[in-house]
Amino acid sequence: MGKIQLTKVRKSFGEVDVIPGIDLTIENGEFVVFVGPSGCGKSTLLRLIAGLEDTTSGVIDIDGKDATNLPPAKRGLAMVFQSYALYPHMTVRKNIGFPLKMAGMDPAEQDKRVERAAKVLNLSNYLDRRPGQLSGGQRQRVAIGRAIVREPAAFLFDEPLSNLDAALRVGMRQEISELHQSLKTTMIYVTHDQVEAMTMADKIVVLNAGHIEQVGAPLELYNFPRNLFVAGFIGSPKMNLIEGAEAAKHNAHTIGIRPEHITVGDGPWEGVVGLSEHLGSDSFLKVAVEGLGTMTVRAPGEVHARHGDRIRLAPAGKIHRFDTNGLAI
Amino acid sequence: MARALSPRRLLITTVAAWTVALIIFFPVLWMILTSFKTEASAVAMPPEFLSADWTLENYTEVWSRSDYPRFFWNSVVISVGSTLLGLLIAIPAAWAMAFVPGKKTKDLLMWMLSTKMMPAVAVMIPLYLLFQQLGLIDTKIGLVIALMLMNLPIIIWMLYTYFKEIPGEILEASRMDGATLWGEIIYVLTPMALPGIASTMLLNIILAWNEAFWTIVLTTTKAAPLSAFIASFSAPQGLFYAKLSAASAMAILPILILGWFSQKQLVRGLTFGAVK
Amino acid sequence: MSTHSSRLAARMMVAPSVVLLLIWMIVPLAMTLYYSFRFYRLLSPDRTNWVGFNNYLWFFNSPDFWLALFNTLALVGGVLFITVVLGTLIALLIDQPIKGQGFLRILVIAPFFVMPPVAASIWENLFMHPQNGLFAAVAQGFGAQPILFLEQYPMWSIIGIVSWEWLPFATLILLTALQSLSSEQLEAAEMDGASPFARFRYIILPHMTRAITVVILIQTIFLLGIFGEIFTTTQGGPGSASTTLPYMIFKQAIAAKDIGRAAAGGIIAVILANIVAYFLMRGLGRNLEN
Ligand SMILES: Nc1ncnc2c1ncn2[C@@H]1O[C@H](COP(=O)(O)OP(=O)(O)OP(=O)(O)O)[C@@H](O)[C@H]1O
Ligand SMILES: [Mg+2]
Repeated sequence: MGKIQLTKVRKSFGEVDVIPGIDLTIENGEFVVFVGPSGCGKSTLLRLIAGLEDTTSGVIDIDGKDATNLPPAKRGLAMVFQSYALYPHMTVRKNIGFPLKMAGMDPAEQDKRVERAAKVLNLSNYLDRRPGQLSGGQRQRVAIGRAIVREPAAFLFDEPLSNLDAALRVGMRQEISELHQSLKTTMIYVTHDQVEAMTMADKIVVLNAGHIEQVGAPLELYNFPRNLFVAGFIGSPKMNLIEGAEAAKHNAHTIGIRPEHITVGDGPWEGVVGLSEHLGSDSFLKVAVEGLGTMTVRAPGEVHARHGDRIRLAPAGKIHRFDTNGLAI
Repeated sequence: MARALSPRRLLITTVAAWTVALIIFFPVLWMILTSFKTEASAVAMPPEFLSADWTLENYTEVWSRSDYPRFFWNSVVISVGSTLLGLLIAIPAAWAMAFVPGKKTKDLLMWMLSTKMMPAVAVMIPLYLLFQQLGLIDTKIGLVIALMLMNLPIIIWMLYTYFKEIPGEILEASRMDGATLWGEIIYVLTPMALPGIASTMLLNIILAWNEAFWTIVLTTTKAAPLSAFIASFSAPQGLFYAKLSAASAMAILPILILGWFSQKQLVRGLTFGAVK
Repeated sequence: MSTHSSRLAARMMVAPSVVLLLIWMIVPLAMTLYYSFRFYRLLSPDRTNWVGFNNYLWFFNSPDFWLALFNTLALVGGVLFITVVLGTLIALLIDQPIKGQGFLRILVIAPFFVMPPVAASIWENLFMHPQNGLFAAVAQGFGAQPILFLEQYPMWSIIGIVSWEWLPFATLILLTALQSLSSEQLEAAEMDGASPFARFRYIILPHMTRAITVVILIQTIFLLGIFGEIFTTTQGGPGSASTTLPYMIFKQAIAAKDIGRAAAGGIIAVILANIVAYFLMRGLGRNLEN
């Protein structure tokens, strides 16, 4: 069980309203990802749910019960920190077993659960080491182990993979996804990483300056961004946004077209290639188009345009339209 | 920032450094040497280095004529007792200031340190009278309390700087794991801060051991520690250099040895976190 | 990690320390303040009454007071100067890759563990004594008259003794700071063509600012109350030549048995300490910010 409901949750630090008021429902078993620019309040929101910060006003319900004033330990949630926050003076076994010990569980039962968690996470051979003697990925797994032994109502992750190198990140990402599939426990996951958000989430929550800009499934956000902010934030490279005469042609104040929805070759737009990045599979081109400004284009790897080349572009996909308030039409 | 030097420069630096170190250490060395000389040899002019008459008599005499074991025991009880009591009071305070800092925390710390700026002599009379009223004059418990209060700001400061180095996320994690406040302090904070607590303890034992104002003012005989013993020794006996040196050596050697063994931790603690 | 409950707990955990220190500070201070306006001599304990500012006036009118004030500041300033300058130089020297660095440190730190009465008596009897001291022997070896350290240069002698006691503290903290400087920074400066002096001036010294600040702060706290060294050696003399403010108060209390005056002196000393603390914090507080 792990349904979490926020009603008008507000948080201010002194004068500053970091979160002016949020309503959000997280269903049992959902994998929810919080994304947003740095400083928008993702960690704060997560810590409010965890109980590590007091809400200024509003109500947090967990499984239908008001948890707003419960201390962290009583909420039945587990958190995995960005720095892992392992206890350096305890062995892996003791680290994973710590929540059980604090709950006053019988030592034999503790051991059984720790062993079981270690097996799931491939840590069985490291149980008697200390965190200092583990690699980054192993530490991450210990932190997750410490979270799962408690069988919490929900897991909270705050950028858990950002300290890992690229290869490990991909591996751990898949492990966490698999874990979610097998445990079917609610997970709330904060990240900066587009790929993590798109691949792992059942539901993405886009935050901006403490507001929710849009909530939805990853492809829903990609295909139907509700406003300019979400349009610019979801998708990499960023969507091209064009104002003026070209937008007016489409009866909009602003139009947006994703880099992958532009083809090189023939077309109505002509421009000079500025930067070109050839990744092998794809080529990213920055093209200065007359009358439109700089457009980013994601072309297939075999397109060999170089700096200074003149090329022609054509839109080949959905054109997103926005009104003067930045809302999608 | 140790960098390679040419052999010649290295030799010069080595000699210079050793010379300086020996000059700084020499007074202590000379005192220890004098303590093994006969009185005549100790005042001989010109001074005797290797040709002196060596003897252990000074030590046996100081030992038998004074009550050295009692002074020693008093010193141990007072310095260790005041330190432990201080830690007991300071650990929660330092925890709170390091992990739940408020707007006033920095000012509070500064104020605590500033209480140490008050010259002891300035409040000697009232404190003496207070202690007299409370029946604490010449008692070990009285000195334990006085020295504990005297060093409390230093203990809090040192612990604060050590605790500050512990990432707050670890304590939050323990809270999520269901640890109570005491569970957090006992199972997580204290073990992690143990090296810091140890060096705080050492420094304060040393400060208390060497304290020579309150120990003299607040004791007469029963509870007098070694610092008071030395002060009494130098007064009447006047010119017995060798015995004075032996008594001095006996007063400082326990702490000198303790200090030497722990100098690494000590120096780190003394920097109050200013040097990582 | 600040919730209401942890804030409350935090207050309760700081409270004992604050309360104890407040009592330790305020009660004696209030009593001292009270006595400072009273006529109260232990020799005539029954005759006691309010005397207004008389006790204070006695201090301000006494030529000894201004000398004592000067001596106090000279002691603090002199020892700070000597220990910081010598400490820096010695730290630079020891920091070189020399043989037996560990043992060298043990030698250098030793004076820090010597209790003040012992330190003072070593210097007074074994070194500065005009007949039997080692310095006298050295002077005689050169055919010169022994210098009467404690008679002719009492303040300098005391500054010397106290500097010896505190030199290890300064040296070791500055050394620790020096060792935390990355050699890459110095190498970069060297590549940039900085001379050894320029490297010291622009790289090493700024790096050590925090450590020097701590040395000054901590030492001042202890130096303002220096008492034992004077008590053991010169007893404030000859005359009042080496009397500091704490020692002058002590003389009023113990020798003259005049509690009223001693109390007034105590209040003056507390005010002086606060003035020094104020300037110290203003001048150095910035360096302590992270
Ligand atoms: N304890 C605090 N006191 C005052 N302001 C705070 C505090 N904690 C966070 N803030 C402010 O709240 C805002 C949101 O911070 P938060 O840590 O939630 O951002 P974030 O979205 O997690 O950013 P990032 O992606 O960089 O981790 C920031 O502007 C931050 O400065
Ligand atoms: Mg964050």
